[in-house]
Amino acid sequence: MTASDIIAALEPLVPGVVYEAGTSSDESRTPTILLPAEALLATCEALRSGPGLEFVAFSNVTAVDYHPGRDPRFEVVYHLVSPHRRARVRLKVRVGADQSIASVTSVWPGAGWPEREVFDLFGIVFDGHEDLRRLLMPEDWEGHPLRKDYPVQLRKEAKTYMPLQVTAEEFRASMERDRHVRSKPE
Amino acid sequence: MGLETDFEIPVLTTNLEKVVQWARRSAIWPVTFGLACCAIEMMAIACGRYDVARFGAEVFRGSPRQSDLMIIAGRLSRKMAPSLRRIYDQMPEPKWVISMGACASCGGVFDNYAIVQGSDQVVPIDVYIPGCPPRPEALIYGIVQLQKKIDASKM
Repeated sequence: MTASDIIAALEPLVPGVVYEAGTSSDESRTPTILLPAEALLATCEALRSGPGLEFVAFSNVTAVDYHPGRDPRFEVVYHLVSPHRRARVRLKVRVGADQSIASVTSVWPGAGWPEREVFDLFGIVFDGHEDLRRLLMPEDWEGHPLRKDYPVQLRKEAKTYMPLQVTAEEFRASMERDRHVRSKPE
Repeated sequence: MGLETDFEIPVLTTNLEKVVQWARRSAIWPVTFGLACCAIEMMAIACGRYDVARFGAEVFRGSPRQSDLMIIAGRLSRKMAPSLRRIYDQMPEPKWVISMGACASCGGVFDNYAIVQGSDQVVPIDVYIPGCPPRPEALIYGIVQLQKKIDASKM
């Protein structure tokens, strides 16, 4: 499927949205579509369940920071796969530093962790995400390291202590419960 | 010395400190703890070709409670540092630490926010081994240097 095929299938499903076919070196395998941020959720729902589309597999989401060359500075990139049509598509959405974008976890639940990763490293907020915590960096980390204006050679004191994630009482209770379950005759 | 000939069976005399040093150095048990590619070289020293059993350090223990050597094999990320410190704290005394490779010793090529620039910020290091990664021979040489250090230590 080419980008114009997908746009032609999308337009009746999501009326009033301007889609733009993008260019990429792998156009023959993965066509690119640019769309406005407001239309993201409706477009994703149409792509997932639209007849002839059925992009049921969410491959990944990532982002690109074009700071300081471009405004809005971020481009959020989604890769989707349609196993039924043996097709792939790439969606690109432009987002500013102070803007947020809709979470697609309601369409593909598996998008939860990839969106957490993008939030962690770029600081892009996904509206409607149930558990938008950091994924890779420590939870108390300041800043978003993959932003172009982040100080890469940051010098910080290494932390050597991390509080236990359960209290001693919780640990003992869990051990006791486990022992009880295991000692039961089959 | 002379005393040895007074008995029917052969006897060696020495002092307690030497015996303790000998016992400690001859059976260094490293904790199974690899952080990155250096860990592959660390595994190689326990295998047939290099066979660190010749120096008594082949028993990699799965529990820090049974180990007396930690080989920091690889780059130490900031998120890993508290866990490394906890494993070190769980090891019984006496304990030693080898910093294996450029990353563990000074951050190596990873001069960035995510990597601790030298694991001596987190735990005290006895032997630093340069290399990226060090060859297994270099690690064995480091263990031999550590044995010399143990031999020279006071009780």
